[in-house]
Amino acid sequence: MLELLVYGIILGSIIALGAIGITIISRVASRMSNFAHGDFMTFGAYIALVVNGTLLSGVAFLQQKVGPLTFGLGLLLALVPAAILTALLAIGIDQWVYRPLRARRAAPILMSMVSMGIAFAVRGVIYIIWGADFHFYFSGIRRMIFLPMGIKIRPDEIFIMVVAWGLVALTYLFLGRTRTGKALRAVADNPDLARVAGISTERMIVWAWGISGGLAAIAGILYGVETQLRPEMGWGFLLPLFAAVTLGGIGSMEGALVGALVMGIAQQVSTAFLLPTYKPAVAFIIMVLVLLVKPEGIFGRR
Amino acid sequence: MQIQGLLSFLTSFAIMAAIYGIFSLGLNVQWGYTGLLNFGIAGFFAIGAYTSALITTAKPTGVLADYVTQAVGFNQPFLVGVVGAAIASGLMAALIGLLTLRLREDYLAISTIGISETIRIFFNNERWLANGPEGLVGLPKPLHDLVPPMYYNFIYLIIVLTFLVLIYIALQRGIRSPWGRVLRAIREDEIMTSANGKDIFRFKMQSLIVGAMIMGIGGALYAHYAGAIQPGLFTPLFGTFIIWAMLTVGGTGNNRGAVLGAFLVWALWSWSTFFILRVVPASFQTRAPFIRYILIGLVLVVVLLKRPRGFIGEETHVSKL
Repeated sequence: MLELLVYGIILGSIIALGAIGITIISRVASRMSNFAHGDFMTFGAYIALVVNGTLLSGVAFLQQKVGPLTFGLGLLLALVPAAILTALLAIGIDQWVYRPLRARRAAPILMSMVSMGIAFAVRGVIYIIWGADFHFYFSGIRRMIFLPMGIKIRPDEIFIMVVAWGLVALTYLFLGRTRTGKALRAVADNPDLARVAGISTERMIVWAWGISGGLAAIAGILYGVETQLRPEMGWGFLLPLFAAVTLGGIGSMEGALVGALVMGIAQQVSTAFLLPTYKPAVAFIIMVLVLLVKPEGIFGRR
Repeated sequence: MQIQGLLSFLTSFAIMAAIYGIFSLGLNVQWGYTGLLNFGIAGFFAIGAYTSALITTAKPTGVLADYVTQAVGFNQPFLVGVVGAAIASGLMAALIGLLTLRLREDYLAISTIGISETIRIFFNNERWLANGPEGLVGLPKPLHDLVPPMYYNFIYLIIVLTFLVLIYIALQRGIRSPWGRVLRAIREDEIMTSANGKDIFRFKMQSLIVGAMIMGIGGALYAHYAGAIQPGLFTPLFGTFIIWAMLTVGGTGNNRGAVLGAFLVWALWSWSTFFILRVVPASFQTRAPFIRYILIGLVLVVVLLKRPRGFIGEETHVSKL
């Protein structure tokens, strides 16, 4: 049970990374819900596969496993181009699709709907380039380390938590301390007032998509390290992601983080009683319960 | 012979297109007229199909019971199945509506995704209910003893078209009534409509339920046409987003457009099968079907960007005057 709790926190860290991205977009970019977020995660994960597995596969010292981890420096290096490319994809889609819709003053709900179209198109591209088969970042046995109280954990999973929460902290610092971060928050709170103060809302939206896409890519890679890569991995993540955001209250960062941990833990602990295939359903049921009891979410303001 | 082959191809094409037309009409009530984002059509599709299957088949006995398990089997006629499907689907909509319709619009979207995925997983895992992943087979075909089996599809096409026309007429009347005008008013401006004394929640609920009942009927019609259903059919692509593409292409907010879109997109879909089999090199054939993901996705995006009204678009005047 305690072990499932730990696994839940690991899964929750990945969900948290994804959920912040959704929150940023829903606050800054016209209050839309980006239903393509899961597929951005998948995209990032596959880019890292190409960079590490194909481009850098010949470089021996990059493929040497780092300490007890199952992968080498190559994958660490691959985080950067994967995040950048996914950020560019997100920004590109925004410029091509959402910007004209914003200019037309389209309803947020319409943009949310369009994002579902984007989700399918991105997934289609992934299917066509990489096929429907599973892919792995590494081959061979996964080593375990034993913690007190009979908890088994893989070194990779410690890496996942460090990277995930490190990036969450960085995002926080960025939003709290830098000029751009403050401008982003200003746009989130009141776009009109921000514009009057001389902030370019369009530029801030570009930033928002960049951050959101980059974080999504890293989340996807971490999920790939934990399990395996398949084209539907991101779609399967969509429900826990939005359940986490809902649980915390749409638009609240802290809420999204707490929601992510709750979702991760609930999904993993549920496997003690239910078939693992029920995990997405568990996320959904918890979300329903939250909507029943506290529809505005834990940290929600409305 | 050739004519006959073509005719039977066209018939089965028209049956599926008409069934999708019914789904598209259901979605049009929810999204086209009221602005409700239902991303879980596949769930209502599945509920309709399974409800009708469980109502119209008999509970297996003897040797068959070793291979097929289902919780119930009432052995009732086809029409009872269709009505049951509509009711079950409507009840599920009421449940989701109760939870989400008072909240921000996105909650409905994510909840409908949730319920459709949950239903699919549930039917897949719970073997006792409806035979798990293998699903149910041998669903009864209504009026099947009227003509020889090879002509049966003509009969079924007439049945499906009858449903399509009846639903279409009912919706056209509904949308031209004061009820329909309130729905469109809600879509355009909720606060204004509320200020005019309309109970937003109630009207949204009615719209969601009516749309879902139509989808339930569509699910039942599909089940009895295919004769076999399994959870794997009700995927987001095949069960939900192809219908979104149909409505978007045809014309959101126009019932004629909804039906037209169903025929157009289904034609493209069927044709793309030929295309993929003939043109694409053999080594690529396992991946080529996924071109459809891109196709459906791009259709949604490009139509909304370049031609938001779709092929026909909404009528500007719906009253007689």
